[in-house]
Amino acid sequence: MSAVMKRFPLRLDTRNGVVDMTHGSGGRAMAQLIEELFHKHLDNDLLRQANDQAAFEIQAGRMVMSTDAHVISPLFFPGGNIGSLAVHGTINDVAMSGARPLYLAASFILEEGFPLADLEKIVVSMGEAARQTGVPVVTGDTKVVERGKGDGVFITTTGIGVVPKDIQISGDRARPGDAILVNGSIGDHGVAIMSSRANLQFTTRIESDSAALHELIAIMVNVVPDIHCLRDPTRGGLATTLNELAFQSRVGMTLDEAAIPIKPAVSAACELLGLDPLYVANEGKLICICPEADAQQLLETMQQHPLGREAAIIGRVQNDPNSFVQMKTRFGGQRVVDWLVGEPLPRIC
Amino acid sequence: MKYIDEFRAGDLAMQLANAIKSAARPDRQYRFMEFCGGHTHAIFRYGVQDLMPENVKYIHGPGCPVCVLPIGRIDSAIYLVEQHDVILCSYGDLLRVPASQRKSLLKARAAGADIRMVYSTQDALKIARDNPDREVVFFAIGFETTTPPTAVAIKQARLEGLKNFSVYCNHVLTPAALKALLELPEDNTYGKTLVDGFLGPSHVSSIIGSQPYAYFTRTYRKPIVIAGFEPLDVMQSTLMLIQQLNAGRHEVENEYTRAVSAEGNVKAQKLMAEVFELRSSFEWRGLGSVPNSALMINAAYAEFDCERRFSLPESQASEIKGCECPAILRGARLPSDCKLFGTVCRPDNPMGACMVSSEGSCAAYWSYGRFRQAQAGTGMESVA
Repeated sequence: MSAVMKRFPLRLDTRNGVVDMTHGSGGRAMAQLIEELFHKHLDNDLLRQANDQAAFEIQAGRMVMSTDAHVISPLFFPGGNIGSLAVHGTINDVAMSGARPLYLAASFILEEGFPLADLEKIVVSMGEAARQTGVPVVTGDTKVVERGKGDGVFITTTGIGVVPKDIQISGDRARPGDAILVNGSIGDHGVAIMSSRANLQFTTRIESDSAALHELIAIMVNVVPDIHCLRDPTRGGLATTLNELAFQSRVGMTLDEAAIPIKPAVSAACELLGLDPLYVANEGKLICICPEADAQQLLETMQQHPLGREAAIIGRVQNDPNSFVQMKTRFGGQRVVDWLVGEPLPRIC
Repeated sequence: MKYIDEFRAGDLAMQLANAIKSAARPDRQYRFMEFCGGHTHAIFRYGVQDLMPENVKYIHGPGCPVCVLPIGRIDSAIYLVEQHDVILCSYGDLLRVPASQRKSLLKARAAGADIRMVYSTQDALKIARDNPDREVVFFAIGFETTTPPTAVAIKQARLEGLKNFSVYCNHVLTPAALKALLELPEDNTYGKTLVDGFLGPSHVSSIIGSQPYAYFTRTYRKPIVIAGFEPLDVMQSTLMLIQQLNAGRHEVENEYTRAVSAEGNVKAQKLMAEVFELRSSFEWRGLGSVPNSALMINAAYAEFDCERRFSLPESQASEIKGCECPAILRGARLPSDCKLFGTVCRPDNPMGACMVSSEGSCAAYWSYGRFRQAQAGTGMESVA
């Protein structure tokens, strides 16, 4: 034999193959899955070293670390899939501290029988998201569970980043008089997901807003270093996240219903399902609380960025020992905007 | 959203608010019960009460189907799914309702019961078709609005020869509840029911029409205005009620003409009559046993009646002690008068009927209005 033996006799069958238990057993099948699928699509210098960890120089400053487990049904939805979501979600959690995200780690739990073609699609879009955002996946792990013990694929991503000097963003820093801003329309992600669930047959052109917000945030903290709070209103929606911030900072808030951007198609879908868009999940939105004096400048800065074009000032922070989030309705009335209770369930009549 | 935003326009609301202010005579009270949870929801969500003068008050009625369903019926459904291993299909609202022993359908599901949330009776039929080896039960609930679709499903199941599909029927009737409310003694343990007029149901009336209410205005001499569920509908109807009272009239008027006619949806009524018959009595949470207030599947369609197909124990569950729901549903007391309100009874831990669904008056008071209690004396004071 003259030629070097091929590392694997046959290529990974990403057309018709499925995940089986050997893909998680630590042997050659797992090595092949990692090389021909994960490394191929997530490729970068650190990952290519193929160690069980990634080693890199650290920068001076405060480091930020965050982790997020992604489980979603369906795995593919208008505007993204669990792969892109797993990249964007963790980048956002890191960036909400004002940090510049540096690296991601990804851990996959695969269910026996899951089509390799779907897995490849997911990893391809993770790779694309990582390249577009400039935040590479530098280490990872794969486990396989028996059929029936998972839901296709679960992805946990962990991210680290560094906070620039003099940035002190925290959920407990909202102060009476501060302005509350959002970077765009509310509820897109949740409605896109619901519209693609099998038992809900309605069609909409709404796509998930899944996006990484770190570049927008970098510009924002550059213009207004004294931003008090940043948070992404994911599960529980705008209403629940504002309540978290109000509670953490021991303040109240008053929102102006007319100022909250909501797409007509989103409010129509919510109307149909008996849901309130304020409680519907977002994956590319942020809430920003800053001193009133900086609000206008910050708003204009946000509106310059593609992910902040529809940014708006939606309310004010005020003194309130009860930490109520209230809203001036379009109608001229006043009401509480409460925490989400349980799961958002559609109403009967 | 065309055709919806028009009914939520703030400038029109201000005009109507001014018209109501000038119509309401300062020397009297106007206490209006909105029958439906949909109205309650609109009043709180849009802050309609804030636009009313001090002497115009809303009293929140029993028209939330989830709220008035007695605990025992949920207990039976849980028994059904746990003991008979059926697939139970339910509307989402119902899943959270507390049953006895701190159970709920949601908790039963977490413990392994096969309970599926559906959006329509058609979803339930599909589940039955897809699972021919399993018994599939549809948990039917609601006023006259949701009854015709249940009738359609039952007829369709017969047409298709679906042997594994049945219905747990909990449909209730609006006029009977209205009668029960109006016939309560003026001075019982629950206090006085003080209602000057009614905002009549909107969706229910699109089925039954406006005619059935004539009996009430004649007999009890209180005006009824059938009102749409949008906030401007509520305000316009409020103005119409005030004008009736000022003129000494007590008539059925229809504000919701875009959906409700005098005779209603005759086809839907026929469907209901074909499949259902009256129950001699049905238990309502908050109102107790109300004669002729609910429907059951009739003999011709008996094979689709889950209560005939499976043996279900009669639950003896009782209401929570100290809960003021009966008085609140009658409009005799306010949610904030109840000792349990906001202390142990909250939307995340509902004890009584009115806290269960977002359409219940206690849930609406808590979720949308509790800042008022903090600012004491601004609108939370007792109406009685």
